[in-house]
Amino acid sequence: MANRKPTVLNRRSLLTGAFAVSALGGAALARSPQPPDFDPGNRFRPDEADAPAPVTGERYVFFSQEEAALMAALLDRIIPADDLGPGADEAGVTFFLDRQLSGGFGAGQSYYMQGPWSSGTKQQGYQTRLTPAQLYRTAIAGIEKHAQAHYGKSFADLDASQQDAIVTALEHHDVDLNGAPRDQFFSLLLTNASEGYFADPLYGGNRNMAGWKMLGFPGAHYDYRPYVAQHNKRLSIPPAGIYGGPAWENGK
Amino acid sequence: MSGTTLPAVDVVLVGFGWTGAMLGQELVQAGLKVLALERGAWRDTSNDFAVTFAQDELRYYYRHALFEEPSQGTITFRNTPSQHALPMRELGSFLPATGTGGAGVHWNGQTWRFLPSDFKVRSHNEQRYGALDPDMTVQDWGVTYDDLEPYYDKFEYLCGISGQAGNLNGEMVPGGNPFEGPRRRGYPNPPLDMTYSPELFRKAAHDLGLHPFTAPAANMSQPYTNWLGVRLGQCTYCGFCEKFGCGNYSKSSPQTTIHPVLLDNPDFELRTNSTVLRVLTDSTGKRATGVLYVDDQGNEYRQPAEIVVLCAYAYHNTHLMLLSGIGQPYSPESGKGALGRNYAYQVVSGVDLFFDKDKVFNPFIGAGALGVAIDDYNGDNFDHSGLGFIGGGYICLWNTNGRPIETQRVPPGTPKWGAKWKRAVAENYMSSASISTHGAVMSHRSNYLDLDPNYRNIHGQPLLRMTFDFKDNEHRLSDYLTDQAARVGKAMNPKQVHAKYRKGNYSIVPYQTTHNTGGTAMGADPSTSVVNPYLQSWDVPNLFVMGASVFPQNPGYNPTGTIGALTYWSANAIINRYLKSPGPLMQT
Repeated sequence: MANRKPTVLNRRSLLTGAFAVSALGGAALARSPQPPDFDPGNRFRPDEADAPAPVTGERYVFFSQEEAALMAALLDRIIPADDLGPGADEAGVTFFLDRQLSGGFGAGQSYYMQGPWSSGTKQQGYQTRLTPAQLYRTAIAGIEKHAQAHYGKSFADLDASQQDAIVTALEHHDVDLNGAPRDQFFSLLLTNASEGYFADPLYGGNRNMAGWKMLGFPGAHYDYRPYVAQHNKRLSIPPAGIYGGPAWENGK
Repeated sequence: MSGTTLPAVDVVLVGFGWTGAMLGQELVQAGLKVLALERGAWRDTSNDFAVTFAQDELRYYYRHALFEEPSQGTITFRNTPSQHALPMRELGSFLPATGTGGAGVHWNGQTWRFLPSDFKVRSHNEQRYGALDPDMTVQDWGVTYDDLEPYYDKFEYLCGISGQAGNLNGEMVPGGNPFEGPRRRGYPNPPLDMTYSPELFRKAAHDLGLHPFTAPAANMSQPYTNWLGVRLGQCTYCGFCEKFGCGNYSKSSPQTTIHPVLLDNPDFELRTNSTVLRVLTDSTGKRATGVLYVDDQGNEYRQPAEIVVLCAYAYHNTHLMLLSGIGQPYSPESGKGALGRNYAYQVVSGVDLFFDKDKVFNPFIGAGALGVAIDDYNGDNFDHSGLGFIGGGYICLWNTNGRPIETQRVPPGTPKWGAKWKRAVAENYMSSASISTHGAVMSHRSNYLDLDPNYRNIHGQPLLRMTFDFKDNEHRLSDYLTDQAARVGKAMNPKQVHAKYRKGNYSIVPYQTTHNTGGTAMGADPSTSVVNPYLQSWDVPNLFVMGASVFPQNPGYNPTGTIGALTYWSANAIINRYLKSPGPLMQT
């Protein structure tokens, strides 16, 4: 369905129209814009539920191959593979981040981006002109330059302890990120890694609900009433995502 | 001036959140034609946060699906008047709403009454403790708890609050809050069933001689039909309340308590995507003639009305008054002017508790107001002699959620990334809990709101500038509350207690709470208040202001219960006094 719902001539617009004609004359009414109309009789909109769209495809759309390789290696140092669960990249976090940075989040579409620009105090928060997508792109280039300068290799080709040394330097804001704000980048990196590992799988991360299984978080369940009184008891509720999961299959 | 002039209405409501819906319903019942202008979109459960997709932590919290986007309008911020204010470019410390239902969509539902002494903060504390810090601009509200009691009751029965009364007409009731003001009857619904970690808090607090009780909740403990005939379902403890809309019709919101009745009333009209730019006044400046608003296509309209009511979010009410040139802006240098004065917030802290793995809390079984609290250290419920501060706050072990991005408790000293971090997150998820403290913020000479000289919104208007910091009173108060919370926490016998004191300057970066108050303070003295005790503008008697912007300072509770009570109190004055004789309800 294109555009908006069809205009409904309801009781209110009839009244408004009648008044307007008498007050302003028909010609004035015809030229005047009409106020946005909310139709109370039509407020439940069938088939228009604002469900989230799952990510699609497998290829990276934001990261270049080299950037993706660096980010996969970097994210795997933030959330490494171990006996508790997969590493970040295997859990889809790199892919999640690619899709986030290629969309409205990457573009900083909700941010106030008007000048004048100046750096303030820590308490005044984010003041960079870079969108999250630009911040990552700039910082990735800086990290790669740092790796080449210190080890003569790409970040992705370093061994884990060398990579950890660079992550530690990032954490201490000791890596020149081509001018991108170092504190902002590192805190965004940690937040985004966590998002990718623990958000609903529909966004491309948390593959096989690995993040949720690691914690015992059942996901997008909405009724725990039978369990409220079960104090101090380990429950085994199979996790459910918004678009499926073991709990849904068990219910079949 | 631009703008198509539209047909007049009796009342125009600016904003359609909690106060707009409450007032709209009261005023159409009184026979008035009421129009609400909402800058955001129409939102309802079935379309916008259906139970099939409401439990989405990334979308609703981390990507802010229900909040006001700073790109559309924000504030500038600084800690002190000598600093240069910069825009809040992304949301952090607080999460203002947009869209129908306002923040009533994505609140937790923690629904408190303020203490009787909270309404007399200046006179009560001066009488008991002597002169206050001269820079503290706290004042009495001009209404008392007894004035508001019937209206608290009305709001609680609108919402179907679940809770246990502690003081029924002066009779103490075991299991309730013994410090609360007397209430005429019990809560409409029994307390919520409790999960494990708050029960450990209850026992520990009780053993220490404190007075724990199940916190009052706008989450339904059973199905409920309110006095408008609107029905709510039983809460399912899904753990997605604050920052989320309730998909299950079991958290009180304008949608679940008022909209189904109000929107079908032919005397009520709602226009969404309609942003009010300012209140229009006549040549005397003493009478509001309506409002100027803009739709999402950029068309401007002049909407005439006999009564204008500001029902926007707290600091937006102040912003609109400043943009409209109504009232005298506050000056921190001279201390003169009341508009923008008395901005306050909340000082919150937490105490993390880490237990052995044999304790299983299942934190994901939660509700926004599921918890056990103590009020022993709120308001003036304890002797402040020698403590160096006034006021207090509640201490509560809430079990609101176990959402895994937001709720990652790790012991102090844990690295922020890597294998040790991952193990700490995994090992402590089931066996940790947090106690929250919810401290009062006293208004202060140098905490205020005014117009920013440098930054503008998408309509070309100056942004609101917030100048705010925690002062000595807040730090002492919060440290004291945190100490008490840690004491109860230790008595719960965890293996580790981590008290997270609120140190340093206030920052707009980390989320704290969406309890911004003041700016259009109420009071009986027009030199220190913007509205009189009936929430009527001193300067423009056909202009009323609802919401937490009228709080002269912010007590140690969540504000919504008192916002509801004040709205019904004001509605009663408008209907039973103002309509009969339009004009000032209190003489200056």
